[in-house]
Amino acid sequence: MAHAEAHAEGQQHPLGIYIQVWVLLFVLSTFSYLVDYYHFEGYLRWTLILLFMVLKAGLIIAVFMHMLWERLALVYAIALPTIALMVFIFLMTHEADNTFLSRGIYFLGLGGS
Amino acid sequence: MTNSNTGQVAAQPEGMQSIVADWSSDQRAFKNVSWGKAMMWIFLLSDTFIFSCFLLSYMTVRMSTTIPWPNSSEIFALSFGGEPIPLILIAIMTFILITSSGTMVLAVNYGYRKDRAKTAILLLITAAFGASFVGMQVFEWTKLIVEEGVRPWFNPFGAPQFGSTFFMITGFHGFHVSVGVIFLIIIARKVWRGDFDKGTRGFFTSRQGRYEIVETMGLYWHFVDLVWVFIFAFFYLW
Repeated sequence: MAHAEAHAEGQQHPLGIYIQVWVLLFVLSTFSYLVDYYHFEGYLRWTLILLFMVLKAGLIIAVFMHMLWERLALVYAIALPTIALMVFIFLMTHEADNTFLSRGIYFLGLGGS
Repeated sequence: MTNSNTGQVAAQPEGMQSIVADWSSDQRAFKNVSWGKAMMWIFLLSDTFIFSCFLLSYMTVRMSTTIPWPNSSEIFALSFGGEPIPLILIAIMTFILITSSGTMVLAVNYGYRKDRAKTAILLLITAAFGASFVGMQVFEWTKLIVEEGVRPWFNPFGAPQFGSTFFMITGFHGFHVSVGVIFLIIIARKVWRGDFDKGTRGFFTSRQGRYEIVETMGLYWHFVDLVWVFIFAFFYLW
């Protein structure tokens, strides 16, 4: 198990990559704050917010949490279960739409009759 | 795989084959990851589901309410003597958490280099940033509860669900930060004393600790930062 022993001392990487990612996280956070500051609206706002969010999350997981260098067995064991969340989001958006329509019809009387 | 004659180690497979090989090896699925680190990852996965359930319930009530949702940009604005700056406190909190993530990652790095003093100091700086984050959150909560009269069932701005989801999500996150600060201080003390150099046995576990615990602690701390990225995007910016 020479391979395992070589990694027994854990994740050691040059400081440079950490500093770069650190700076990048600051820049991305500033960008996402500016989205609000300059009152971007509509699809542009959503796209930018989600883009900066995904980039920040990806950088933190990949570099700061070392997922970039872990074996795929661990990466997939952690990453794949989150697919269930996507299904959950899909279900709940439909559920919320239904609730919204029912409230419109029965509480506000928008549905006629 | 070890060749029984020579004792030489065959190359471990890469890519998709490595997943099959690791999981079917009848020993341990997570090679070159200690049980402590693997368990931290599995805990973080379960925590991901908890926070996702909170954010999903927030999404559901926000989509389904017929009353307009409060404008978070205005609610969390703060004025320093002049015009109120939108979301400024939240932006500062975001930067503080990112800064603390950076000092944490440096602590992990110096820990593996067995640089006791630097590791301990960086851990304490991380804890200090975490504590100031919680302090700002306390300030934010006090302002909302005392001055604005926001309650979990009522608020003067719009949809009443705003209060319940806000206190639930940011409160649970703040609790995570607080617990992280406590553990950062505990581990900084252990590093400072040289527990991991001398092989001192832990108070709770009676096991000898290793510098790897700093990385495991780092995983938790970065996760707290990660959750804040999502809260910042979905709750404050949306």
